[in-house]
Amino acid sequence: MSNKALNGFKTAWKGLSLTISHLFASNAKRKVIPVSNDNYFKQLEGTNTIQYPMQVLPSPEVGRYQLDVEIDDCIVCDLCAKICPVDCITIEQVKATELIGHTSDGSPKRIYAAQFDIDMAKCMYCGLCTIVCPTECIIMTDQYDKSVFELKDLNYEFANMTPEEVAEKKTLLENKLAEKQAAKLAAMNKMEGGA
Amino acid sequence: MNFYLTYILVAAGLFAFSAVFALFAVYAERKVSAFIQDRLGPTEVGKFGLLQTVADILKLLQKEMIVPSAADKVLFVAAPAIIFIAVYLGFAALPWAPGLVPSKINLGLYYIFAIISVETLGILMAGWGSNNKYSILGAMRSAAQIISYEIPAGFAIISVVMIAQTLNLQDIAMQQGTLSPEGVKFLGFWDVSHTGGILAWNIFRAPHLIIAFVIYFIASLAESNRAPFDIPEAESELVSGFHTEYTGLRFGLVFLAEYSMMFLVSMIGVVLFLGAWNTPLPNIGTVHLADWTTGTFWGIFWIAIKSLGLVGVQMWIRWTLPRLRVDQLMNLCWKVLTPLAFACMLASGVWRLWLM
Repeated sequence: MSNKALNGFKTAWKGLSLTISHLFASNAKRKVIPVSNDNYFKQLEGTNTIQYPMQVLPSPEVGRYQLDVEIDDCIVCDLCAKICPVDCITIEQVKATELIGHTSDGSPKRIYAAQFDIDMAKCMYCGLCTIVCPTECIIMTDQYDKSVFELKDLNYEFANMTPEEVAEKKTLLENKLAEKQAAKLAAMNKMEGGA
Repeated sequence: MNFYLTYILVAAGLFAFSAVFALFAVYAERKVSAFIQDRLGPTEVGKFGLLQTVADILKLLQKEMIVPSAADKVLFVAAPAIIFIAVYLGFAALPWAPGLVPSKINLGLYYIFAIISVETLGILMAGWGSNNKYSILGAMRSAAQIISYEIPAGFAIISVVMIAQTLNLQDIAMQQGTLSPEGVKFLGFWDVSHTGGILAWNIFRAPHLIIAFVIYFIASLAESNRAPFDIPEAESELVSGFHTEYTGLRFGLVFLAEYSMMFLVSMIGVVLFLGAWNTPLPNIGTVHLADWTTGTFWGIFWIAIKSLGLVGVQMWIRWTLPRLRVDQLMNLCWKVLTPLAFACMLASGVWRLWLM
């Protein structure tokens, strides 16, 4: 009985001395070093808190966070939308009547992106779209603290064409297709007439 | 008429003290817990986060006071006031310095123990009035705990009273220093009436009073519902016990009562065992440290420092020891502390009869 009481006091004192040593230990602010640093898990001195907006822990290069599209480099091949396991990418293609230009890596651009939406609320951060992209225009940035007030704000729209431009390109394409169709018909009629 | 003004001023002063103390004790508690756990605690509001609790109380004042529709309205609304007033009234009889006491009552100690027991009633009212199973569980636990721990605390106090032969807290305080009218003996053999200081404190007047002090301190933790005896609140099991349903100012009052209670029980402990407003510095030869550091200002200073020290120990214990289970709590109270307190009382009787 007295042994038990003594043990109780001894163990309580052990805990109390541990906490008081921490109370009066160094309260130096934590230095921010990346996880890849060898000393990352050896930071036993001082406090542990990272004061987030003021101090940011560097995110690893291979980290998968918010998606971003460099639309000028996009050839609108639709591969990212096709590979996406959760269908969070919506692309509307409008074929151009002639070569639009070249991306920064030299690929020819022949399709307009009338719509290029990524719904980050659906995204599962697998990063498959960044792998299949032939021009590497869709990437994952190191932004991770994206919080919004409206759910629709999580739908990122990357297409930079105005509705008028889209309508114009669509009419151009229709005219071109109609011309082609007319030419085709004329050719067929000619062949039939000749035969 | 003038004395009414004095009464009101004294009451307002005590209220202001307990409110300011509660504000900064909450801040201190958050900082202490943070440093113990290698965190930073509040840092944003004011320098070092000093105004954090002021911001919190401003928020509490603005919040809607919700009364649950199933609650017993009268009990629910009255409970926080009763809880706080019971604690607040306890401050009335506590001496602050030689000749400085809000109310000179010769039954001071008895009065304090009677009035702070009323807190249990308030807690039961809050728990029952909330009409919530967790609240009533918390309230039942609280009542069981406070009533049980009043027994060892009471007997530890009686062992002091038997030595001091008075229930007047100012007289008990007076006996523990150079101002003592009847002389003080260190451990019963060394006359320290003119030396004073720490040697004349009650814990050194008789050796068993050290044990009585430890018993009182443990019991006072339980009476103020502090960890490791915080089963009435037990965040992890009961949400927060009897004050789960309270919001706004009512919640603020419950909180204020908890922190005032911490200071109150610490101050009673200081008055009874740790020399009250007497200085810890003894007279050594021609260096009259004790005489130099006795007076009204010094009295307030010493009693505040000692009480705040004990409050600090309460916080330190809270952030170290895990919560006791209900059966362990009752075991400790009835099988360990109560017999020990009885033994202390017996020792006090023997001491008084044969050694003083």
